[in-house]
Amino acid sequence: MRAFRAALCLAALAASASAGEIPLPERRSGYDLMSGETRAMQDDDTANPGMLWVLEGETLWNRKTGDAARACAECHGDARTSMKGVAARHPAFDPAKGRPVTLEQRVNACRVERQKAPALAYESRELLALTAYVARQSRGLPIDVAIDERTRPFVEAGRATFYRRQGQLNLACNQCHDDNWGRRLAGNVVPQGHPTGYPLYRLEWQSLGSLERRLRGCLTGIRAEPYDFGAADLVNLELFLMWRARGMTFEAPAVRP
Amino acid sequence: MANALINVPPRAKRGEIIEIKTMISHPMETGYRRTQTGAAVPRDIIRTFVATYNGAEIFRAELHPAIAANPFIAFSTVATESGTLTFQWTGDRGFSETASAPITVE
Repeated sequence: MRAFRAALCLAALAASASAGEIPLPERRSGYDLMSGETRAMQDDDTANPGMLWVLEGETLWNRKTGDAARACAECHGDARTSMKGVAARHPAFDPAKGRPVTLEQRVNACRVERQKAPALAYESRELLALTAYVARQSRGLPIDVAIDERTRPFVEAGRATFYRRQGQLNLACNQCHDDNWGRRLAGNVVPQGHPTGYPLYRLEWQSLGSLERRLRGCLTGIRAEPYDFGAADLVNLELFLMWRARGMTFEAPAVRP
Repeated sequence: MANALINVPPRAKRGEIIEIKTMISHPMETGYRRTQTGAAVPRDIIRTFVATYNGAEIFRAELHPAIAANPFIAFSTVATESGTLTFQWTGDRGFSETASAPITVE
């Protein structure tokens, strides 16, 4: 009888937990769920290791490169004004490609087409530095990806991925990040999964990393085959996550445990 | 590629205790890891950090393999005179990096 009651209790818990989408006012950045020490590290620009990449990104921004011998700054000018808000609205629709592109893909497209330089590898130091420098210019601004007729199908595809069970553990993203956020998975608090601070410095990585690296890590965690860097499925998921975090404050380069 | 973030208060009162924060970009490879094919990854760490104030050494640290990447070192000193604080990191594979910051003491 006791076992039966315990089972009933568990069932009731499970029912209350699977509440579906998080209401807008209840959304929290991972920042709010981490320790005071890690928060202090993110808030102090001289203690935030992500600023090392930002610093390097500033150098790269002003350096001539490629066969065109052109620097980012020659077209875009001062990033502090020209790149303001750019990271907060990516992935953004690229009419030439007919689909949304991430900030990393945008940087590489610029390199290949305008600077006539080879594309930078995903997660390479240079690409992280440039995206961190661009993303830094959006700090404090609200996340604002454009959702219109052109991008809606891709958001919906991303949403489908978010709610689709996959991997050997047969889990969907929402089962942790909508239904069980705030609880603990081993020693760690399960966050809501809002990409408010990418690229970010993860203490576990001892490095800066992109949202795609984080998502691939999550997929490996549920024993699913991770999508390749830059894969359409991954970009759609990123677009959906940014839409899900719409209006939240952008905080790159963030620090996370 | 190496660069450092230095935070020294630009001005201070004579006799005031000031906090100095430094961070340097470095992988701090322990030397205990192996690649997927089993080859040992050679150690590559910063061994020493030295801070000087107008040429006089005010702080020194020895670093070890257990210290995380991009070492952050903060310490305090007494502002005695205007001048320059110089920081030097040296390590494996001939790693050497210097940075400095001015300070005005009133």
